[in-house]
This record gives sequence, structure tokens and C-alpha cells, in this order.
Amino acid sequence: MKDKQLIVNAIKNGTVIDHVPAKNLFKVITILNLDKIDSQITFGTNLESKKLGSKAIIKISDKYFLDEEINRIALVAPQAKLNIIRDYEVIEKRVVEVPDSIIGIVKCVNPKCITNKEEVKTKFSVLSKNEVSLKCYYCEKITHQDQMAIYNVNNQ
Amino acid sequence: MHNKSLVSITDYSKEEYIKILDLAAQFEQNPNQELLQGKLVATLFFEPSTRTRLSFEAAISRLGGRVIGFADVNSSSVTKGESLKDTIKMVTSYADLIVMRHPTEGAARYASEIATVPVINAGDGANQHPTQTLLDLYSIRKTQNTLENLNIVMIGDLKYGRTVHSLLMAMSNFNPTFYFISPDELKMPREYLLFLDQHKIKYFEYKEFMPIISQADIVYMTRVQKERFSDPIEYEKTKNAYVLQNAMLEHTRPNMKILHPLPRVNEINLDVDDNPKAYYFTQALNGVFVRQAIITSILGINNK
Repeated sequence: MKDKQLIVNAIKNGTVIDHVPAKNLFKVITILNLDKIDSQITFGTNLESKKLGSKAIIKISDKYFLDEEINRIALVAPQAKLNIIRDYEVIEKRVVEVPDSIIGIVKCVNPKCITNKEEVKTKFSVLSKNEVSLKCYYCEKITHQDQMAIYNVNNQ
Repeated sequence: MHNKSLVSITDYSKEEYIKILDLAAQFEQNPNQELLQGKLVATLFFEPSTRTRLSFEAAISRLGGRVIGFADVNSSSVTKGESLKDTIKMVTSYADLIVMRHPTEGAARYASEIATVPVINAGDGANQHPTQTLLDLYSIRKTQNTLENLNIVMIGDLKYGRTVHSLLMAMSNFNPTFYFISPDELKMPREYLLFLDQHKIKYFEYKEFMPIISQADIVYMTRVQKERFSDPIEYEKTKNAYVLQNAMLEHTRPNMKILHPLPRVNEINLDVDDNPKAYYFTQALNGVFVRQAIITSILGINNK
């Protein structure tokens, strides 16, 4: 029984994203466009985690990410850890880092901002990386971590 | 500055502020010059602001330039549902410079990305109004002979007032001490206090302006608007606490001047107008010279 479970869980080649806060699992899926790719994906959520309380894990077969792609999830999963798998072996471990600027992905919190009125892609500079806060390039208002809303992929 | 849009007061450095103010002083001496001959400036006012529009148009006309545009959206195709993007795309091929006022925050920055000519922000919602800030700086320097080490008292709506926020950012280059006087509901937002902390600028917060006003070099008044209060009873209680009256000016410094971005409602009593310390009407006139300086700098035209 234990062996069978391993077969489902382990991937031969690809990327494992661990330590995603359970509540942000679907945001991570959206940000990485995982609902648009053909690779096999398995994920588990509401798993016990000492660090996060409740975490999710995502395993994507035959898919590797560029730093700039994966760093986009730092907004919603700042403690995420990546294992790069080749031939069932972890060949590299990576952590995510909040980038200096964010294009798209996040909505500006200000309802009067041009990005919420016309079809303008959002742009932010990152003011703080621990407790993430973003300054809108257009309206100059600050969006704090707890106010962050993520666009659907189609709107990005 | 040449060919660069002016959207936010932080687009310019301290040196660039000084350059604009020096140039504005020259225009004050000689405001009628044919420097903009053959130049066409579009003034796009998506929301009406007679004061700002006339100031820009006076600045342009006195330099021999011409103006196209609209004074409110009812006389433009915006009412037909045209997007800002399309309006700017069309105008950018007609004019050498765009001056725009828009109710949406960030609209001017967006326009500056689309336009192939420079954009001057004449106010985008509650966000920025940089030419107002530069004329405030000009008025402060002119009345105090310096921008350095001044005591600036800001009174009224410090939460929503964009002019006080931009002035705070700009003045922070000149080692001021700020005194913020407002009701609890309209206090200076935390992000600006944080900005001052980071730049090691001294500030104090009060609810009443007596006797602090006696320390002031500059008193910057703003409107306390009824619609800003969640509780109308709170408004009724506070509205008269932030009205400046002539009798209050008795023990103020001789160099002290009162500024106000205008229009005023009742926050400065009419009996203050004749006091030599009242500077707000001259302040508005300074706007023409400052805008002449900004426009010619952006268009790369040298004042003779």
C-alpha cells in the first residue's frame, strides 16, 4: 500500500513546489498558468505543516521553470521551496524570491486607479519583500500583502 | 527635463526643482515672450478645473503658443465611450505637448506611455498635481528667500489632500520641520509619516493650531470637506476648529505667509485677505510663471 502511494506521488522528471500555503494553492496554479499546460500535475493540499499550519504541494512532470517565472509566486507563497527532479533524484533545490517589480498578476487595491478602469496591465515596484507591499506605477498607491487580489490568467 | 513628461513631483530631482524656480523668476520679470511661436499645446480636461486650465492657457498664450483641447468631457468624444488610450493616440499626432487633467488616478502616467509627445499632469484624481507643487515651492522660496530649514504648518484635510502630500515630498529635500494639524479622521496617512522617518525629517501632529501657528514660517491651509467625514456630527463639531481668522495672526512671525491651493470655501475667514501675511492670491498668479518655466523646459526652448 505504501509503495503504491509513492508511485502516485513521485515524479520522474519535473518540479516539485513545496511549502505553498494551502489557502493560496489555486493562486499559485493561476500565476504559473498550470491550468493551461499539458504536463501531468498532481497536488495535495491541507497537508500538515509545522511552518505554515496547513500547506499544499504541487508536482509537475516534465516542466522546469525560469527564475523569473517562479519568482512570481513569491507574492502568495513566499516560503515555497522547489525541488528539481531528474530521474527520481532531487538534483537542485531552490527558494523563491520576491522580484523588484511585478507586472500583471496583482490587481491594484485602489478602485480609482486607471488599471481598474481601462484595460491597462498593472505594474508595481516592490517596496518591501518580507511583508510584501507594492507601489502602483500608475496611481502610486500601496497594495499590502493582505489586500492582494490576483488576476485570472485571461486578464493578465 | 527636455522631452520628459511631468506626471509626479518625484519625477524631478531637487536640482530640477531649483532650475524650474529660477526660470520661473525670469518669467515673472518678463512674462510676454514669443518663445512658443508655432507650438501647439493640447489641454485635455476630462474633468473641469477652470483655475488650472486658465493658468496653463495664460502661460502658453503669453509665450505666443496656441492651444487646442476641451474644458470638460461633455464636449469630447469621451461621452461616446472613447477610451483614454484612443483619445491620447489621436491628440499626440496633433500637438507638441499634452496637458491633461483626469479624474482617474494614474491616468496621466498611462497617457505618458501612449503619447509620443511629453505629457504634463494637471491633476489625476487624488494622486498628483505636480505643477501645483512647483508653484507652492516657488511661493515659499519667494516669500522666505530660501527653501531650507523652514517650519511648515499644514492645516485641515491632511488625509485626502493631494497638494499637502506632494508638497511634503518635495519639501523633504530642504530639511523642513512639519507641523500637521487636523481632526483625527483626516490625519496625515501613515505612509507619509514613514517617508519622513526614513528621510529623518522632524514632524509633530496636533489637533489644534493655536499656539503652534506662532512657530510657522509657512501656514498651508486646505479645505475640510463635509463628504470626507463618515459621521456628519463629527463634521459639525470640527468644521469651525480649522478656520483661520485674522485675530489669530497677531503673534505670528513677521515673515510668515499663508498659502492655500484654492478654491477656498470658509476655512480662511475673509478678514484675513487684507492681512499682508495672506499670500494665496499671489500664489495663484505665480502658477502662470511656473507653468511657463515647466513648458519651455520640457520643450527644450531656452529663455532669452
